Amino acid sequence: MITRRGLIASLAAGAGGVLLSGCNKINADPGVRSLLQSAEGLTMRAQRIIGDRTTLAREFTAADLSPVFRSNGTRQPAGADYESHRLSGFADWRLTVDGLVARPQTLSMAQIRAMPQRTQITRHDCVEGWSAIGQWTGVPLKLLLDQAGLRSNARYLIFHCADRYAQADYYESIDLIDAFHPQTILAWGLNRQLLPVGNGAPLRLRVERQLGYKHAKYIQRIEAVDSLAGRGLGKGGYWEDYHDYAWYAGI
Amino acid sequence: MSEPSIGSVTVEAPPTASDTAPEAGELVARHRLSTRLWHWLNAFTIFVMLMSGLMIFNAHPRLYWGHYGANADKAWLQIGASGDRGVLVLGSKKIETTGMLGLWKDPQGAIQRRAFPWWATIPSSYSLADARLWHFFFAWVLVIAGLGYWLVSLVNRHVQRDLLPRRGELHPRHIWQDIRDHARLRFPKGVAALRYNILQKLAYLSVIFILFPLIVLTGLTMSPAVDAAWPWLLDLFGGRQSARSIHFLCAFGFVLFILVHLLMVVLAGPYNEVRSMITGRFRLPGKRQS
Repeated sequence: MITRRGLIASLAAGAGGVLLSGCNKINADPGVRSLLQSAEGLTMRAQRIIGDRTTLAREFTAADLSPVFRSNGTRQPAGADYESHRLSGFADWRLTVDGLVARPQTLSMAQIRAMPQRTQITRHDCVEGWSAIGQWTGVPLKLLLDQAGLRSNARYLIFHCADRYAQADYYESIDLIDAFHPQTILAWGLNRQLLPVGNGAPLRLRVERQLGYKHAKYIQRIEAVDSLAGRGLGKGGYWEDYHDYAWYAGI
Repeated sequence: MSEPSIGSVTVEAPPTASDTAPEAGELVARHRLSTRLWHWLNAFTIFVMLMSGLMIFNAHPRLYWGHYGANADKAWLQIGASGDRGVLVLGSKKIETTGMLGLWKDPQGAIQRRAFPWWATIPSSYSLADARLWHFFFAWVLVIAGLGYWLVSLVNRHVQRDLLPRRGELHPRHIWQDIRDHARLRFPKGVAALRYNILQKLAYLSVIFILFPLIVLTGLTMSPAVDAAWPWLLDLFGGRQSARSIHFLCAFGFVLFILVHLLMVVLAGPYNEVRSMITGRFRLPGKRQS
C-alpha cells in the first residue's frame, strides 16, 4: 500500500537520485572537464605575473619546525633493488642527468653531497591541505644543470623515481623557471639528518612554490626534454596522468 | 486594478519628490540589471564553491592555527569516524554526528567514513582532484564578477546611495527598533520597502566588503606561489593553516547568510521578491495588510 510518507520519501529519493546522476554526468563530461581545466593556465600565468622568477618562498627559523614531519604518498618503495640500496646506505645509488644535455652526468650520493649545498627551512604544503615545516639540505638544481649543460631546445625536466604508485612508475616534471629558481634543490638532508626513507631517501626534489606532489622522491634520473608528450600518459606526472591533478601546482 | 505604468519611477533609489512617489500596489523598478546578473551568477557560483570546498576539506578534515599543521599536530576542529560513530571534535568537545558528518551512508547504502556527506559535496563521491577543478575554475568566476561588481556599484553610486547607512541609522535605538520589527515580521510597506533597512545594509555590506575579500585572500594564502609573491598575506592571517581555518569559517559565514537571506525572502513574499530579482520589477506592498 502506498502511504503518503512512503510516497514522499520515494519521491525525495528519486529526485535525489536524478540530481545525483545528473551531477555525476556533468562532472564526467569531457567538455566540462576541459573547460574547468582551462583555469589552470590562467592561474599559472597570474601567479607568474605577481611573482617574478626569483621571488623566494618564506624561510622560517628552527623554532618554527614541525615537531613531526609527516610522510605521505610512497613511504617505502617496494622491491629488492631499493631495499638493497637502503641496506647499503645508498652507496651504489646513482643519479643520471641526461636527455637534452651536452654532457650527460652520472653521480654517486657521495659526489652529490660533496657539491655546494643550500639549507632552507620551508613550509611543505600538501594538496590535501596540511602543512609541515622542515629544514632541507641539498644541492641547488641549477648547479647540476650547469654542469650537464642544457641544450637550447630543453623546456622541461622530468624526474624519474624509484617508486611505483598504484602500479605506475612515479615521475614528475617542472619547467625551467622553477628548475633554475634559487630554492629549487635536490635535497639529501631533512632536519640535520640524512633524508629518511619516508621522505624520499636518498634524494628528493624541493620546488618550494608548488604543492607537495610535485616534490618527487627517490629520484634516480633527471631527463631534459622539449615536450612532456611521450612520457607516462603525457601530462607530466603520475598524479596528472591518472587523477587529473593540475600540472602547475601553485595553489 | 489596472496595471500601472512604471515609466516614471526611478531605479532603486527611493524617489525624493513626493509628486512622483509610487503608490502601494504599483509595480516599480527595483533592481538594476547589473545587480540581477551578479546575483544569479553568484547564487550558482557560491554553491559550486561551497560544495567543492567541502570535498577539498574531506581530503584533510582537520583545522589548525599557525603556519603548519598535520596529523601529529593539535587540531582545533576535526571531523572523523570513531568505530561506527561519526564525530565532530571541537576543541575539547566531542559531538556525535553519525549519519551527517564523519560516518554516513551513500545513495547505494554503503557506509562512508568521510567528513561531509555525498549530498553536500562536488563531486558526490570522493575526488580531491575533481573538486579542485571545480573550485579553481569558479574561484576565477567569483573574483572577476565580484571585482566587477565592486567597480560598477561604486561608480554608479549604488553602494553610496543604497548600501551605506544614512545618518541616524547606526544609532543603537534605530538598530534595536529594526531588530524588533524583524522579530515581529513587520516589514516596511509602500515606498519604504524600496529602501534597504539597516539590518539588510549591514548584512549586504559585511558580505560584499568583509566576507568576500576575506575568503578570497585566505584562499590565496593557501597557495605557496602566492605566499612567495605576497608574503604579507602570511603575516596578515598568521600563517597558511590559520588562513585555511579562517577560509572555512568564512564559508560557514556564507552559509549562515544564505540561510537567513532565503528565510527573509520567504517571509517577505517569495513571488514578489524572486520576480524583482529576475525581471527587476517589484510590487509595492500596501500600507496595511488585511
